[in-house]
Formats: sequence, C-alpha cells, structure tokens
Amino acid sequence: MSSIPILKQREKQIHETGSAPFEMTCDKQSLAGSVSQRACVFCGSRVVLYPIADALHLVHGPIGCAAYTWDIRGALSSEAQLHRMSFSTDLQEKEVIFGGEKKLYRALVELIDAYNPKAAFVYSTCIVGIIGDDVAAVCRRASREKAIPVLPVHSEGFKGTKKDGYKAACDALFQLVGTGDTRDIAPVSINILGEFNIGGEAWLIRDYYQRMGVQVVSVLTGDGRVEDIRRAHGATLNVVQCSGAMTFLAEMMKEKYGIPYIRASYFGIEDMAKALYDVAAHFSSDPFIQQKTEKLVREQVNAVLPELRRLRADLEGKRAAVYVGGAFKVFSLIKALRQLGMRVVVAGSQTGNADDYATLRDLCDTGTVILDDANPLELSRFVIEKKADLFIGGVKERPIAYKLGVGFCDHNHERKTPLAGFEGMLHFAREVHTTVTSPVWQFVPFRSKT
Amino acid sequence: MNTSDSVKEYAMGNFPITPTASATQNACKLCAPLGASLVFKGIRGAVPLLHGSQGCSTYIRRYLISHYKEPVDIACSNFGEQTAVFGGAVNLKLALENICRQYDPALIGIATTCLSETIGDDVPMFIKQYLAGQPEGTVPPIVHASTPSYQGSHMEGFHRAVLATVRTLATQAGGIKQNQVNLFPGMLSPADLRHSKEMVVAFGLEPMVLPDYSQTLDGGLWESYHRIPDGGTPVATIAQAGTAAASIELGHTLALANETAALLLAERFGMRAARLGFPMGIRHTDALLQTLSEISGRPVPAIYREQRGRLLDTLVDGHKHVNNIRAAVYGEEDLVAGLVGYLSEIGIHPVVCGSGGQSHHLAEVLEALVPESWRKELTVLDGADFAAIEAAVEKAKPDLIIGHSKGYAMSRRLSIPLVRVGFPIHDRMGGPRLLHIGYEGAMALFDRIANALIEQRQDGSEVGYTYM
Repeated sequence: MSSIPILKQREKQIHETGSAPFEMTCDKQSLAGSVSQRACVFCGSRVVLYPIADALHLVHGPIGCAAYTWDIRGALSSEAQLHRMSFSTDLQEKEVIFGGEKKLYRALVELIDAYNPKAAFVYSTCIVGIIGDDVAAVCRRASREKAIPVLPVHSEGFKGTKKDGYKAACDALFQLVGTGDTRDIAPVSINILGEFNIGGEAWLIRDYYQRMGVQVVSVLTGDGRVEDIRRAHGATLNVVQCSGAMTFLAEMMKEKYGIPYIRASYFGIEDMAKALYDVAAHFSSDPFIQQKTEKLVREQVNAVLPELRRLRADLEGKRAAVYVGGAFKVFSLIKALRQLGMRVVVAGSQTGNADDYATLRDLCDTGTVILDDANPLELSRFVIEKKADLFIGGVKERPIAYKLGVGFCDHNHERKTPLAGFEGMLHFAREVHTTVTSPVWQFVPFRSKT
Repeated sequence: MNTSDSVKEYAMGNFPITPTASATQNACKLCAPLGASLVFKGIRGAVPLLHGSQGCSTYIRRYLISHYKEPVDIACSNFGEQTAVFGGAVNLKLALENICRQYDPALIGIATTCLSETIGDDVPMFIKQYLAGQPEGTVPPIVHASTPSYQGSHMEGFHRAVLATVRTLATQAGGIKQNQVNLFPGMLSPADLRHSKEMVVAFGLEPMVLPDYSQTLDGGLWESYHRIPDGGTPVATIAQAGTAAASIELGHTLALANETAALLLAERFGMRAARLGFPMGIRHTDALLQTLSEISGRPVPAIYREQRGRLLDTLVDGHKHVNNIRAAVYGEEDLVAGLVGYLSEIGIHPVVCGSGGQSHHLAEVLEALVPESWRKELTVLDGADFAAIEAAVEKAKPDLIIGHSKGYAMSRRLSIPLVRVGFPIHDRMGGPRLLHIGYEGAMALFDRIANALIEQRQDGSEVGYTYM
C-alpha cells in the first residue's frame, strides 16, 4: 500500500495529527497532473446559483459545461422548475472565430420570450473572455429590452478556483439584493445563506426558524426565488452555512446594508441545535424566542434519539474517512459521526483554508490524516492505511470506497435525501447504517485479506 | 411543510419546453474531450490527460463514474490565468511529469479542450519538446487528440482519439499475421465489447480492439490497490495493428467518414477495411459474422447459429407485441442507426430519430435502413437538442421511446415508456452491462422492449391479468 506514491509538491497538503508540528499548505491552485477532485470557477458559480428556480441559467460557451450540469442536483423547488433545464449557447467554431455575442443575444431573447423568467444569469465559460465577447454589454441590452435583470456571471473556469466561482456568483446576486420591497419584514428576520435545499433541507430549516418566531426573508439559494432575493436586504441577520460559498455575499451585505452575519451548520444534532440557539441569542431582546427554541430542540431531539441509539449500537467503533468540498461540513460530520459512535480517521476538503485546517486538527483524534485538495490515489492510500469502514464524499469518491470494499455515504449535492436538520440526522444515520452493515462486505477480496 | 409533502410536489409536471433557434436546451450530446477520455481508458495502463481547466476533467469524471460506477482517473493540466496568457507548455510538462510519478502509466493520452485550442497551444510541439528533454525509454508513449468542444460532439472526440492513437502507435509494418484482426467498435458498452471480442475469437482470430474499456470500466473488486485498473488493449498490440489481416470498423455513419483508423491502416499497410454498421439485429450481426468468416476462412461457428435460432424463435413468439409499434429513438448517430436497423426487422416503425451528432450522414443512413413505406412518417433530427426532439415526439405520439437516461424527463412528461439503451444510464443499475449487439444483444433488447409494452398494457388494464 505504501507503493501508492505521494507527489512531492503535495506533501505539505497532507498532515497526520500528532505526527509533527502542524504546518499545512492550502488555498492554492491544484497541481497539474495530480487528478484533483476539485472542479473549476464555473462549477463554484453554478453551485451557488443553480437552485434559483424561476431564473434562466444560460451557459455561454461550447456545450460541455452546460451538458455536465444539467439537472444534476437534488436542489428541490416548490413550484418553478426552470433551474432543472440546461441552456447553452453551444458555441461552434465560427463563433469562436467571429465572436459569440450575436448568438448570445439571440439565445437570451429567445429563451426569455419562451420561459418568461424573473431574471437571467449568463455564465461565462473558459473561452468567452479569450474570444473577446462583451457579455456584460449583451446582458445590459437584453435587460433593457426584456425588462428583467440579466446578470453576467464571470465564471471562466481557469480564472482561479471554485471559491472564485462562489465570489462571482455572489457578485451577481448582490446586484439583485436591494431592489425589492421590504416593507412587511419584521425586526426578527433572517436570510439563510449557503443552503441549497438538497432533498428539501432548506424547508426543514426554514420551518425550525419560523417555529422560533423568526421570519425567513429568503433562502440563498435553496428553493430560491428572484423576488425573495431582491428584498433580502430587509432582514436583520444573515445566517451563513457552508465554508465559503456565500460568505462573500454576507460580507457585502454587511458593508452596504449593515446586516451582521453569523455562521451555521445544519448537519448533526449538535451543530443544528447550535444554529438555532445562536439565532435565538442574536434576537435575545425577544422575550419568548429562547424558550421556543429550547422547546423545539427538545422535541426534535427526542423524536430522533431513540432510533439514533439503536443504529449506534451497530456502528460503535467503526472508522470513517471524510472528504468533501467545504471544511465546515467536515467539522459537522466529525461531530455527527461521534454521535453514532464512529471515529474519523481521514478528513479532508477541496477548499479549506488555514483556519479551517487548524480547527480540523483540534477536532480530530490523534493519528487522523488531514488532506487538502486530495486526489484519488492519496485518498485510497489513507483509506487503506487507516482501515476505514465508511467513506463520506461525492460521486467521484464513491468508486474509491467500493473497489476497496468500504461503505459509502453521498454527502454531495447530487444526493436526493435530506441529511441536514434533526430529521436529516436520522436519514444520515440510516444511510451510514445501511452501507456499513451490508453483508456484501464479507465477500470483498480486499477486506477478507486484511 | 414536511419533506415528504414537498417531495410529492417535486415533479416536472406540465412544464412546457419550447424549442428555440439559437440556444441549445438539454443537449443530446456531450463534449469532445469526454469521447477522447473514454478511448484512452480503453488502452492498458493509459492515463487520459485533458489540457485545459480543472473543471473539464472533474465534470467528465463525474459523468463517466455515474454511468460506469468505476474509478475514472483523468488528469488535467489545470490552467490558471497565467497559463491562459502565456500558453500551456509549462503546465502540460508538469502534468506529464506528475502523471508519470504517480501512475507509472503505459501511455498518456492528451485531449485538448476548448480553452487550450482557442489560445492556440501547439500541443504536438510541446510533446516534442518534452520528449526531447527526457532520456529515451524513460517516458511512456504520448498520444495527442485535438478535441475542441466547439467542433462536433463527444463522438467526434471519440473517433479522433482512436485515429490519433492508431496514427501515433501503429507504425510497425511487415509480417502479416493472418489470424490478427483490428476491431474499431465505436462507442459500445463494456458488455458489447466483451461480446464482440468473443465473436472474433470464435473464428480463431486474435482481435486488437480499440478502445477496449470492457474491463477498465466494468471490472471486479480489487484484491489490492490498483493505480490504473486492469484491462484494455496493450500499447504493443496497437503498435502491431499494421500487421493484421484486416480492420473492421463499426458504425453506419462512421462508414461514411473520410478519415478513420481503418482507412488510415488501409492506406498505410494496404489491408482490408471492412466498414460495417453496429451489429444490432439480424442482418447486421449476420454481416459481421460473414465478414469474420471471410477474414478467417472459417464457417460461422455453431454457437452463433444456435443463438440466431433462439433469436428468431423469440422474435416469432413475441412478434405481435411489437409489430406496427411506433417508436422514437435518440442518442449517438451510430447507435440510432443500429437500433433503427433492428427495429425495422421486427416491425417497430421509427417515427422520430434524434441525435446531437452532426456527421450529416444520419438521414441518408436511416433512409437505407427503414422500409420505403414507413419513411414518410419518420422525422430525422440531427444536431438536435432534447427540446427539438421532445417537440417532435410530442407531435408524433409514439408508443415507445428508446434512448439513454437523459430522455427520462421527456418520457415522464409525455407518459410514454422509455427503454434505456446506450450511454449514459444515470438512473438505473447495470448501464455498462447492457448488451446491444449480436444475436444475444438483440434478444435482450427484444425482451426489454416487448416487456415495456406488456407492462404498460398490464398496468393500464382494469382487470390486472397475471397471464399476458
């Protein structure tokens, strides 16, 4: 197993806790030839904006970027479904030579006429800047003529990392915020940022906050609606989930509208309860909010604890490897797995920063391998070395687990099951249980050998 | 709102889709580098390398993994802003070095992306420079396919990679081996590839199949860790393609292309290029077996006569379930052509044939496959997206839709059953194991088509017969 080599330039992005002074490199462009599990700037923008269901999402470029992001996420919408379509200018050679602005303009106008969206986002892909298209100018013209916001998203794939894509998406959203009517918004009100309603998670979380007496002005962007985003500046607090996807927007809203923000994670009972209590604490001038929150948390926890205990009995002592996009999710998963009696032996993220990894180091047991921007070979090596029983990741990590006979839980945006909230913790525990306790593992050659 | 209520509301419902002239909506194609990556996955010990942005390899990996459910490592030269300004030479070199260190590959297959093509990177020159700086024999062979995604679909990428591989590697001449045959199967499933190899071997021939991802993308579990999955055609075998007795190239539209691997070998080494359609259904399977018989000088083995017998028996037993059924078919052009050839043999009228491919040969190929009296009700759409295909299907109101997973939304909206074939199968198990070719494939397909129709009748019946 030590025959799996680690590239020299990557050694500083891997750390085993307790082994040496903690010094990790992160937040950098992926190494050429390394087979990073990351995507690109475009992916970051697409992730953030995708769930806005009544907007048109037009990908300007050759076909690939639109084709690979067609209806790929479990981001649910209560009504409109326009986000599940894949729209592309599908640039051909002649447009690459002579420019794609005319085709972009025609495509925009035709699609707006056909679908009557509340706004349009135009994503620039790699070659758009290189062929010299003035996307912003085309958007301005279409916006003027069609009387809806048409927003360019500067998401050329190579111009940074996925995080830069988050920022580009937030820049586009920020143009919408502040353009709607805020008159009916109560003082105790929030926006939920960085929650994408995978499997209906945003609905669960919004419901918790509403039961505490908090008005939810908008969810950005799960089950998102253009009208809600336009009036998001009327909320008095932003609650930001996910490591970095929408912190940019929260920062901009803080600066321009003076809206403070707090961080939250909705995975696992501990972090979910904290997310509610933190909001209650922020609105502590409300005499009933703390009491309502306590009651809510108590009811919710009591509803799921008995089954969690039953499941834990079979999971006690099992080892898990976690590799996901954002580091905040890793923190929550470590805590959630502990609640199930499991220990995390490999923990990593695509986009964590220095602070995140310091937190991670403190959170992990000694001997845990921490990875930044890992590749399949590294992940495989440490799954083997640390004898993981479970891998939590996305579709790209799944075959790594399965080939080695390790259980797998999909915690990425493609999943269709809600894993957030108290109810989500139960789904999560059931899924972990289902995969870890399958009798098929006894037949797996790799496992029976070790 | 609780989750289960919300999920009930989660349906495409009556969401109307309107075709537009300038935008592509729900494409019925993928980009060229995907096809090229697939080809390189069919070479033993090969690592595909995309010269472009990180997202290209990650998106393509995710798309392929979701279908094949196997590890698909595709490296990337990972362009940054500097790279786009100053060119990708440095990144490409670094990527090649790192792939060699990590994977110790037998071959690196480079496919360019729209980005590196648009900035005008001279990849052949970069490769030359890289090789010049390495001691001889220390680096694996490198194949380069030019695959900008603004030229054609994933099928163009696929065929270009096959051609580039043969052009680069198949240089050994002389000493023709009468029992060796080159098979360029096109984009078939791993199960199809296995079946096609068995056919060739049954005639006492040794096949050089390119690509052969039958094991790399549909393999067993691992006893120990594999940096590169087992399987695929060895580089040395491809290098000897010029010594084969003949080449067989599959695909109706590919057979009309001007530049292909089989033509190149014919030109380079003077060997026979047999250009056939996909061996789907009776006549086209017959044609492949006949060709193999000619090349080998042996009669068709008994096993295939038996399979053919069982197929005909099946078709007779079930003919009333399918005759005069009307179907829509979509996917890659050669797959559509192969299916239509078979459907025409069993009485299923193709009424809409759609593809995102643009070989410009689809209509003419289909014309020859469909009986004359059916042609007036057939709509052929090439270079089409699902908006256009769905509009045509809605108008034609067929009984059945045949194609890959991405037509599910259309099938659901129009309440027409979908029989899944081809790639991608993202919403069912077993995509890589779907057998489409040969008599066995025809039988499997017949059962699935007939059963979809029977199931619909059964489910729709008030009586609920258990005996159909």
